Amino acid sequence: MSNLEKYISKSVQSVPPSGIRKFFDIVSEMKDALSLGVGEPDFVTPWNIREMGIYSIEEGHTHYTSNFGLLELRKEISRYLKDRFDLSYPNYRDQILVTVGASEAIDIALRSIVNPGDEVLIPEPCFVSYKPCVIFAGGVPIEIETRPENDFKLRAEDILPKISSRTKAIILSYPNNPTGAIMTKDDLKEIVDILKDKDILVISDEIYAELTYEGSHVSIANFPEMKEKTIVINGFSKAFAMTGWRLGFVAANEVFIKAMAKVHQYIIMSAPTFSQYAAIEALKNGLSEVEKMKEEYNRRRRYMVNRFNKMGLECFEPKGAFYVFPSIKSTGLPSEEFAERLLYEQKVAVVPGTAFGRSGEGFIRCSYAYSIETIKQALDRIEKFVLSLKTQGVFQQTHENNVVVEK
Amino acid sequence: MNIEIKVLEILEQNPKLSAQEIAVMLGEDKENIEEVIKKLEQDKVIVKYHTIVNWEKTEKEVVEAIVEVKVTPQRGFGYDAIAKRIYKFPEVKAVYLLSGDYDLHVVVEGKSMKDIAQFVGSKLAPLEYVLSTATHFIMKKYKDAGVILEDGEKDDREVITL
Repeated sequence: MSNLEKYISKSVQSVPPSGIRKFFDIVSEMKDALSLGVGEPDFVTPWNIREMGIYSIEEGHTHYTSNFGLLELRKEISRYLKDRFDLSYPNYRDQILVTVGASEAIDIALRSIVNPGDEVLIPEPCFVSYKPCVIFAGGVPIEIETRPENDFKLRAEDILPKISSRTKAIILSYPNNPTGAIMTKDDLKEIVDILKDKDILVISDEIYAELTYEGSHVSIANFPEMKEKTIVINGFSKAFAMTGWRLGFVAANEVFIKAMAKVHQYIIMSAPTFSQYAAIEALKNGLSEVEKMKEEYNRRRRYMVNRFNKMGLECFEPKGAFYVFPSIKSTGLPSEEFAERLLYEQKVAVVPGTAFGRSGEGFIRCSYAYSIETIKQALDRIEKFVLSLKTQGVFQQTHENNVVVEK
Repeated sequence: MNIEIKVLEILEQNPKLSAQEIAVMLGEDKENIEEVIKKLEQDKVIVKYHTIVNWEKTEKEVVEAIVEVKVTPQRGFGYDAIAKRIYKFPEVKAVYLLSGDYDLHVVVEGKSMKDIAQFVGSKLAPLEYVLSTATHFIMKKYKDAGVILEDGEKDDREVITL
């Protein structure tokens, strides 16, 4: 360890580097490796949106915008949330803040509400940033394990024992990365019933809301008794394939927006201007493209789930986002070993479930934000790998009868 | 959306997918999809499974030209009879009737420019009812049938934690 490490803050030191990064450093060095690892759309941003970004630069829109974001964009966001998800934030001047991606939104939401020692409940497996962001904000992350037998949905009975006098907030993230789980209105009702009378805020990360394949997306903020206590986070990255534009937003009560705007204005100033112009176009004229991309993701999703189940890696059907999360427990290998051996033996990169928290053990995450050709090829290789494990007798005896390996 | 259209969309993108695979992607029975495809083929909705080739990347010499043809429509047949005369030539890859400055848009393929010039001069232009032709050789194809032919957008996504 370098002598300089001692200067690094304890909170930063306490956070390990992302499990995904470590793993994919190996992948980038490897020739002919197929990856199912990347968590971003393979589609390029639809052309009309790109064109608007270019045009805004041509027009000379190269200055800062208001700290809160372009007023026109906030107005469009307000309309969009109402139209698509029945979320009402009519006072868009004070209830909506444009951020640098949903990532910044998560960070400033936590920093605005967490005092040192406050506990934040985080259902796992989950997006890798929640825990570190809670720690950086001085809080204490409290994991809540979600289980495959419940389709990775969050249950009231999972939350209750984790609530303490120091619980400040809970982070909901549905549709979920990495499991693809969603929460229906009934599922959420159960959660609402235990949260409504408690002083617990909800940070609801709804970045994958548009990618809901069955039924329509429901936000906890749709429940009147939770609206005031919920900070809704969303953005343009996943739905509109705009990851590189770094644009997200927060919708919440004025009090929270005011607090978040403070953090935002002192560290970020404002989100990129040309991205904001492009985002206006996205909301006005981009939804048909979203539908097309979603349709394509949906086809890949079904294909992938089917293949995994056929090769004996039990896979519950994800209802949102663009990941499948098959169980590899039948192989008897731990997630990291499975992923590593798969990479070295068949040159396919998947993300070990443990990268998303301890409860991800026994699972791998495969993204279907890849062309169907790539997916097909990668799954052929995974199938070969699974078959080789079987012939090596690695598969546990108890699972032997359930495993169907088709050539 | 109707199932036929969904199947057509998938096949237009990738005719190599099997009925089984399409069935899985659409959450349908294999037998059902097989029947849909069979019916689409019988009804000539699916006309042909075509491959788009970028011949510039091969050794094969292919020249294509677009010929603008002005014609006199025939009583009782309009443009159909003359179009039929023209599309029967094996050199002709496509014939469209257009509005505007000229009538028939004819795509002609040959081994060389000389080949095409000869075809237009000796077969196409002398046809009865053809008033004039103007031949434009295709120098380079950038996009064909909705596909960008250059080695354009490739998957250059980097590893990122999300």
